Amino acid sequence: MAASDFNVKYMAHLARIQLSAEEETKLGDQLSHILSFMEQLKTLDVSRVEPTAHAGPTVNVTRADETRPSLPHDEALRNAPKKANGLFVVPKIVE
Amino acid sequence: MPNQLTISELTARLARREVSAHAATQACLDQIARVDGQIHAFISHDAADALAQADAADSAMANGATHAQQPLLGVPIAVKDVLAVKGQPLNCGSKILGHFVSPYDATAVEKLKAAGAIVFGRLNMDEFAMGSSTENSAFGLTRNPWDTTRIPGGSSGGSAAAVAADEVIATLGTDTGGSIRQPAALCGCVGLKPTYGRVSRYGLVAFASSLDQIGPFTKDVRDCATMLKVISGHDQGDSTSVAQPVPDYTAALTGNVKGLRVGLPKEYMIGGLDPEVKAAVDAAVNQLQSLGVTVEEISLPHTEYAAATYYIIAPAEASANLARFDGIRYGARVEGADPLELYRKTRGAGFGPEVKRRIILGTYVLSSGYHDAYYVRAQKVRTLIRQDFLKAFERVDAIVTPTTPTAAFKIGEKSDDPLQMYLSDVFTISCNLAGICGVSLPCGFTQSPKLPIGLQLLGKPFGEEMMLRIAHAYEQSTNWHQTKPVIRG
Repeated sequence: MAASDFNVKYMAHLARIQLSAEEETKLGDQLSHILSFMEQLKTLDVSRVEPTAHAGPTVNVTRADETRPSLPHDEALRNAPKKANGLFVVPKIVE
Repeated sequence: MPNQLTISELTARLARREVSAHAATQACLDQIARVDGQIHAFISHDAADALAQADAADSAMANGATHAQQPLLGVPIAVKDVLAVKGQPLNCGSKILGHFVSPYDATAVEKLKAAGAIVFGRLNMDEFAMGSSTENSAFGLTRNPWDTTRIPGGSSGGSAAAVAADEVIATLGTDTGGSIRQPAALCGCVGLKPTYGRVSRYGLVAFASSLDQIGPFTKDVRDCATMLKVISGHDQGDSTSVAQPVPDYTAALTGNVKGLRVGLPKEYMIGGLDPEVKAAVDAAVNQLQSLGVTVEEISLPHTEYAAATYYIIAPAEASANLARFDGIRYGARVEGADPLELYRKTRGAGFGPEVKRRIILGTYVLSSGYHDAYYVRAQKVRTLIRQDFLKAFERVDAIVTPTTPTAAFKIGEKSDDPLQMYLSDVFTISCNLAGICGVSLPCGFTQSPKLPIGLQLLGKPFGEEMMLRIAHAYEQSTNWHQTKPVIRG
């Protein structure tokens, strides 16, 4: 798994970001360089170490299943680029 | 001029009716008009709304409201453009949010308002908090008030510059890898990152959810303690906020630090550290010793791995958090024949280069086949880094370091080499990975040009009181905090 494996086209596709050809080349180079720097982490022995996902102890937080006020419909739609009939408008998904 | 005062000074004068909230706010607005054309700390601000809030504060005071009940009553405060303020624009320094207007207040903002503050303005920042220089803003860069050919730091560059230039009395910023402490150091003000979970992240646009914290920029440590008390506390709206009681941080500023033990990590005082920065920190350490603090060398052995660890974890979390910017529910949109094309075009057009770089890097380290080798491994190194600190805190009450390896660099100096930019965060990053608290405060200046140098104190989890006590005692034995930049308006 070397930095040279880095496939910027495929990663951009996964990230849903369109890149120009120039961006692809530049980003590909920059990220390969950055990933080479990350290789140093492979020199550490972490075989007996647990991963830390959160800095502090985390407990699942729940609340009572009670209805509470939430963002009103029109507020939720206020920033929508395209809306109609109280709905967000999107391009056709299913034929 | 009222805009040059601290929170303590202004509230005392407001209480004595020597100045009105209206006059204080007007003075800030006048200063913004005078210098912000050069500094560009603000993306925007609503002067009429600020004055309306000020008038409401003056009415409240006339009707008996006091600073005992509302410690920030009548104090003009501005916030980083990543925090939701109801009815105000929210752009996170990016184009992709278009003309977004916040439908609600962030909890930290709500708390400022409940404390009587006049909350106004959108402060400039690196796009989505990704950067160390505020050069990554889609709204233009912010200049360092001490030398306008230099960066103010980032990502909370606007928040730091606005305080340093006396445009407002205090500001809020956010810190994920040093984005409060580093600009505070480079602009010569106080900037604090609370312990993870101390301040609610509700209403903070997320960059890296396990690292982000909101914190204050102020002109002195006492103001910092005042602000921290206001914004801290458990919040139902943020399930990562911790139900730890909020002490009166100002009561911790006893002035007595005799017998306290502070650690100086040997891994931080090495090559790459500018000689003037080293000299200033050495002098600060001597100053602490003269106040009765014992300073001893400690080791944080995994320091050298912190940057690599952070630049795997933060982009990974960012790649998930920024998936929501898809042109559907809010923000700018570039149309497409199908949703996939719409997402790709919207995000391609709306995100700047650094954000794209980090999202793609984050996507890679989480992707199938690479997830264990990069992301999980980095999470394990994160455990080692946290353990380094917890071990050190068994022996010392706080840790002292330089905040940054150099003073403010020139605009454009590092913007072509992302890795160089990342490596300049070396002293601030570990604090976020470990979830502990940290503060930067002024400890001197470089000779020529005269640029601020920051001293960083790191405290144990929920150890802000001890950290602030030491910071305050040091500050009060010097006059760095009273030196201001000269900005030719």
